[in-house]
Amino acid sequence: MVNYFPEEVLEHVFSFLTSHRDRNAVSLVCKSWYNVERFSRGKVFIGNCYAISPERLISRFPRVRSLTLKGKPHFADFNLVLHDWGGYVYPWIEAMAKGCTNLEELRLKRMLVSDASLELIAKSFPNFKSLVLVSCEGFTTDGLAAIASNCRFLRELDLQENEVEDPRGQWLSCFPDSCTSLASLNFACLKGEVNLAALERLVARCRNLKSLRLNHAVPPDVLQKILARAPQLVDLGAGSFVHDPESETYNKLKNVMQKCTSIRSLSGFLDVNARCLPAIYPICINLSSLNLSYAPGIYSKELVKLIRKCKKLQCLWILDTIGDKGLSVVASACKELQELRVFKSDPNDVGNAAVTEEGLVAISAGCPNLNSLLYFCRQMTNTALITVAKNCPNFIRFRLCTLDPITPDAVTMQPLDNGFGAIVQSCKGLKRLSVSGLLTDQVFLYIGMYAEQLEMLSIAFAGNSDKGMVYVLNGCKKLKKLEIRDSPFGNMALLADTGKYETMRSLWMSSCKVTFGACKSLAEKMPRLNVEIINEGDEMEGGSDDRQNVEKMYLYRTLVGPRKDAPDSVWTL
Amino acid sequence: MAKDGLGLEIELTLALPGGGGSEASGSMEKKEKKRVFSEFSGEETNTAKKNKMVGWPPVCSYRRKNSFSEEEGTKMYVKVSMDGAPFLRKIDLSPLEGYSSLLMSLEKLFCCYIGEGESSEYVPIYEDKDGDWMLVGDVPWKMFSGSCKRLRIMKSLDAKGIGLHAKDLLEGISIEA
Repeated sequence: MVNYFPEEVLEHVFSFLTSHRDRNAVSLVCKSWYNVERFSRGKVFIGNCYAISPERLISRFPRVRSLTLKGKPHFADFNLVLHDWGGYVYPWIEAMAKGCTNLEELRLKRMLVSDASLELIAKSFPNFKSLVLVSCEGFTTDGLAAIASNCRFLRELDLQENEVEDPRGQWLSCFPDSCTSLASLNFACLKGEVNLAALERLVARCRNLKSLRLNHAVPPDVLQKILARAPQLVDLGAGSFVHDPESETYNKLKNVMQKCTSIRSLSGFLDVNARCLPAIYPICINLSSLNLSYAPGIYSKELVKLIRKCKKLQCLWILDTIGDKGLSVVASACKELQELRVFKSDPNDVGNAAVTEEGLVAISAGCPNLNSLLYFCRQMTNTALITVAKNCPNFIRFRLCTLDPITPDAVTMQPLDNGFGAIVQSCKGLKRLSVSGLLTDQVFLYIGMYAEQLEMLSIAFAGNSDKGMVYVLNGCKKLKKLEIRDSPFGNMALLADTGKYETMRSLWMSSCKVTFGACKSLAEKMPRLNVEIINEGDEMEGGSDDRQNVEKMYLYRTLVGPRKDAPDSVWTL
Repeated sequence: MAKDGLGLEIELTLALPGGGGSEASGSMEKKEKKRVFSEFSGEETNTAKKNKMVGWPPVCSYRRKNSFSEEEGTKMYVKVSMDGAPFLRKIDLSPLEGYSSLLMSLEKLFCCYIGEGESSEYVPIYEDKDGDWMLVGDVPWKMFSGSCKRLRIMKSLDAKGIGLHAKDLLEGISIEA
């Protein structure tokens, strides 16, 4: 009987449970397990910062050391959500500073992070080790300076794709000479200059530095000096690379790269001359991850020469300048490929996309371990998708984006329903799906029937009627996030199964056919959901008409009721 | 929702919405014939039109801002000097599509002939971000226009010692912008 296990034993057993889902499950078994688990939980993941309050978090998990928080909905990435919608991290930091000062790690995504928040972190948590900010905004390099100056045991400062103001540019010099603990430093997204001498000294004294991603302002000769001092690097983001293959810098870089035999992951190359790529040929054979998606000006021929050498590659992020032919080369060279992302080389220029269904089919034929895909393409066919589904049954993430959102099968001019149907039928472990192209309710019927493990679904310009959305809500038992834009789903679909939304993290619907009246009645019926209407501009003057379509609705389950920090343009019904 | 098709005909058919061709499962109402996209583009409301294009294709805003295509409307004026000319000119690189447009614009500006061939009197060079003087034409156009600080139209005679020929430079230009 478990009652006879002393708590220490339970705690020891639970310490082997690292996944938060396992721990959540364990805490539901009985009161005693709930208590042991909550005192021993070190890492907490909160997928929606408004689902719970910081105070309740701390009272349940007083010993939390690592906190992950996500703020804005995913479609905020595409400018569909106002800047000031919310997702402020300050209240969380404030609460933790009072109740839980052994915080060591903070990972934030799509949150508003002020300099004041960063300063508060720097002041309040003596053991703070790791700060990871992804797609956040609201802070400047002044906040980073506070972190650098005060966090004596900082191991990780990882800034990914944030919008950061850089008024002073001296934050890097704020790392004191006594700071030797850095293992990971990523400032690739910063626009401003950095103190290069301070950077070199920092790298020299941090012997544990394994991951370093530089920004554009670090010139190639400094890169070469840094690499000479840090041959132990495992992950490198080169900011600026060398331009002139005849130069002294190029030669030095070539020589020093040969010694960097530990590098497994390469990214950056924000500004590179393709003729200087041979400098990295010596390390290609060791690479498991390569991200050239921010490297303009490398055309198919050079890309292909480089990639041919990367025989152990597992993860490749590339621009569509690689072309279908280039993807065939990837397929023949990179047999261990698991993740592929092909981005548009020029998001503003519709019509010059350089990859089609052919490239994807080639990859699927050559890389059977492929499990994660993001593919921006000009066209697609059902036949191709069916072939891909057969070749690669292991997809966990499958995101397709055709440039014209309602383009049909390029050969038959039919909808792409059957192609995606094949994907969900074949890939039994599929957790994330984004569909694209001309799609009818049929595709949602297939998704509801077959996508048993699906957790996140993104829909744009698809479907014919409410039935489509209902198929998904009824069928996908594990659905957590559903985001829909510009599709003809209306009130019947929204209200078909209101209880479902409490099993999900969130639902986003924009430019669909749901009305105010329906949203209001949903909010009334389900008090544990926040139903938010986002109004931009003048639509809502003088009260709402129940029959009027809602432009943007975002609903999510929550234990703490309507939030108090919503701007005027966001109404919680 | 019957998984194995009980009571529903789940055939993988390639049917058009609106029931054209063989019937798919469930009756497609005839009145749903209209495609979503065209339905919206038929609406005259500004918001519908506006939202149609916002956020498509779904490229995250960080990547959009940092992709290497120039924002519309930014001008890139650089000084151009020509050996022997008493004053400099300025040229806007942003509307130009490639090296051939550049050479044509320069030729118009100075009423000279730079073009291909060993008989050409002039060689165009430029100063890049690092302060080095480079031969025009080696790198892809976009990279050039992003790093060019100023241009100089040099007399071929001065370049002869290094063995440069305008012909070589223009032959190498096969990269599309």
